[in-house]
Amino acid sequence: MDRQEYNITAYTENQVGLLNRIAIIFSRRKINIESLNVSPSEIEGIHRFNIVIVETEEVVEKLAKQIEKQVEVLKVYFNTNADVIWQEMALYKVPTDIIAEKVLVERLLRENGARAVVIRKDYTVFETTGHREETDNLIKALQPYGLIEFVRSARIAIIKASDGFHHKLKEFERREPGEEVAENEFLNDREQVFTM
Amino acid sequence: MSPQTLAPPAASAAPALATTPITGAVATLQALVAEGVDTIFGYPGGAIIPIYDALYDFKEQLNHVLVRHEQGGIHAAQGYARSSGRVGVALATSGPGATNLVTGLADALIDSTPLVCITGQVFAHLLGTDAFQETDIINITTPVTKWNYQVTRAEEIPEALARAFYIARSGRPGPVLVDITKNAQMQLFDAPAYAPCTHIRSYRPAPVVRNEYIEQAAALINSAKQPFILWGQGVVLGRAEREFQEFVEKSGIPAAWTILGVGVLATGHPLNVGMLGMHGNYGPNVLTNECDVLIAIGMRFDDRVTGRLDKYARQAQIVHLDIDPTEIGKNVPTAVPVWGDCKETLPLLTALVERKEHAAWLARFNGYAAQEVDAVIREELFPSSEELTMGEVMQQLNEITGGEAVIVSDVGQHQMVACRYARQNQSRSHVTSGGLGTMGFALPAAIGAKFGAPHRPVVAVIGDGGFQMTIQEMGTIMQTGVDVKIIILNNQFLGMVRQWQELFHQRRYSFVDIQSPDFVAVAAGYRIAGQRVDARADLRPALERMLAHPGSFLLEVMVTKENNIFPMVPQGCSVAEIRLR
Repeated sequence: MDRQEYNITAYTENQVGLLNRIAIIFSRRKINIESLNVSPSEIEGIHRFNIVIVETEEVVEKLAKQIEKQVEVLKVYFNTNADVIWQEMALYKVPTDIIAEKVLVERLLRENGARAVVIRKDYTVFETTGHREETDNLIKALQPYGLIEFVRSARIAIIKASDGFHHKLKEFERREPGEEVAENEFLNDREQVFTM
Repeated sequence: MSPQTLAPPAASAAPALATTPITGAVATLQALVAEGVDTIFGYPGGAIIPIYDALYDFKEQLNHVLVRHEQGGIHAAQGYARSSGRVGVALATSGPGATNLVTGLADALIDSTPLVCITGQVFAHLLGTDAFQETDIINITTPVTKWNYQVTRAEEIPEALARAFYIARSGRPGPVLVDITKNAQMQLFDAPAYAPCTHIRSYRPAPVVRNEYIEQAAALINSAKQPFILWGQGVVLGRAEREFQEFVEKSGIPAAWTILGVGVLATGHPLNVGMLGMHGNYGPNVLTNECDVLIAIGMRFDDRVTGRLDKYARQAQIVHLDIDPTEIGKNVPTAVPVWGDCKETLPLLTALVERKEHAAWLARFNGYAAQEVDAVIREELFPSSEELTMGEVMQQLNEITGGEAVIVSDVGQHQMVACRYARQNQSRSHVTSGGLGTMGFALPAAIGAKFGAPHRPVVAVIGDGGFQMTIQEMGTIMQTGVDVKIIILNNQFLGMVRQWQELFHQRRYSFVDIQSPDFVAVAAGYRIAGQRVDARADLRPALERMLAHPGSFLLEVMVTKENNIFPMVPQGCSVAEIRLR
């Protein structure tokens, strides 16, 4: 099976130590986490992990199940890039004098949708948001003009097919869950979102 | 931090009225009592002194067994849990006390044993300062616990322990660890009445059973010509022995067991066709690759069971019943996943399967069994050679106990002999380290098993190597007077490694010729009766003497040095390539 980028989305309780518990599921198998973002979700008190790895579907499915098995994890989904809307933010620090002098650079930044965040006499910080190749392209373009510093954020991703987590959470809070968490069709529906 | 939490430990309040403030230490012990704990295995130390201080006033409710090493403590808690079906509890101090639990935690996680371990920890304000006996036990134990939690305030204790017990025993059981800082143990607080935990929103102990999978499974089973059942410890953990037997007897399907599932069907049950795996029985291994439908119940297709995976039961459609969804499809492709607690799913399946007999198919198992008797078993159990064999010791033991004893085996050749040949009349009769293969497990586990099943005879079967790994627990036996019978099968080698070196490494016996002390003299030093046997004529009387002896007894049996365990599925081979010699 082909390896490709997968976006793993986990809804979890906010608990000290859970990050480690999730991270070691990957490191135990010597799988590198390409990107990791932990943030609030649409529901207060529920956290959302976005994890990107390059693996086969078979492996990702097993990893997703292992994550979901953790006591403080509510739900895990995994998706290919085609199934999500995703963005990464990048910051670029370049010398201000070069930008001021070279029209070329200004156009470059405009073409790449970069926005100035800070402008000082000595340096300027630009920001872009987009896919990996977009932020990568701008690094290459800025390199000849004295790029001082570069940083890119972890990926955040929204699942296209998701209805959000509110109604699922209600099921989780019930002692006798209904169909929502009784799902067991991963074998019938392997291509879709993994769900327990 | 409030001055109160830094105050020296007050003389512990007696088990108390809920309205008067109590210490975190007292709250900890009240939680144990409320959870029905009667026995705990532990070892005191600086960071857990407040809990030990409180324990002084709980002697009536909690039997604390002082072990000789924390690893012994946790293995004893495992033995207790396995023989009793209850949650085992171990106590240890911070730092080295806590790290000594790690092997037992790993063992309990892989063998799904419910444990609650409580460790002391340095004062919360010292966390991260390399304080004396500080170790980051939460992060150390994360990979080897089902759940763990660090308590830094007394107010957290009741709920943390309620969750700990709920998580340890529910769903697929496992070990949990609660680390309690010393200030939290000492802190006085108004404890609410203890409330057991019955629900955690992010935790689903058992998946909801789906009828369509039960129906699909039944249809597949009913259409099968050569169906085969594999069962594991899940049946025991689900307390579904009766439901399992009804399923097997109605469907008439031959059934084989993993070593942790042993005893669910008694030895000698006509449909019990034997043990699976590397040193399992001949028929079950060979016919795994000839069955058309494989019904796996509460087992996880461990590599010691499957041998080479890409040649494992490829011809069969697999029905897998398990409470843990991560096990389904983990190692083998599953045709029908029956998620859920087998206590619930098995009766549903039994109702839908047709009552059948598979006489011709069963006869094939029996044919292979006869070959195995001729090639291996007869000589092992009734040897013609002068030297004693491990198998004949088990055979003699069976004849005396009738299979009523709880056998606790260690790890290695003697373990395979004990699993293969010990007669078992019921489940929870064989405690062994299955997944982790922890040498040194048996002696402390036998102590715990006896506390967990006080009315049954407990016989530990241990090799000369493994016994020396936790030999110090003889002190625990001496001090508690617990009645554990110990058989050391002494072949003067680390026998299983020697066997591999013989078969696969050109007899290069690298560091396997282990010397032993005079075990009977060691036992005598602990004031435990003992005997050494090296002649066949003495074996039976010695076993009878051991079992009749009031209190613990150590029997060292000198067995032939270079015996090999067969049958064997060599590593990297398929189960059908099992060798009889």
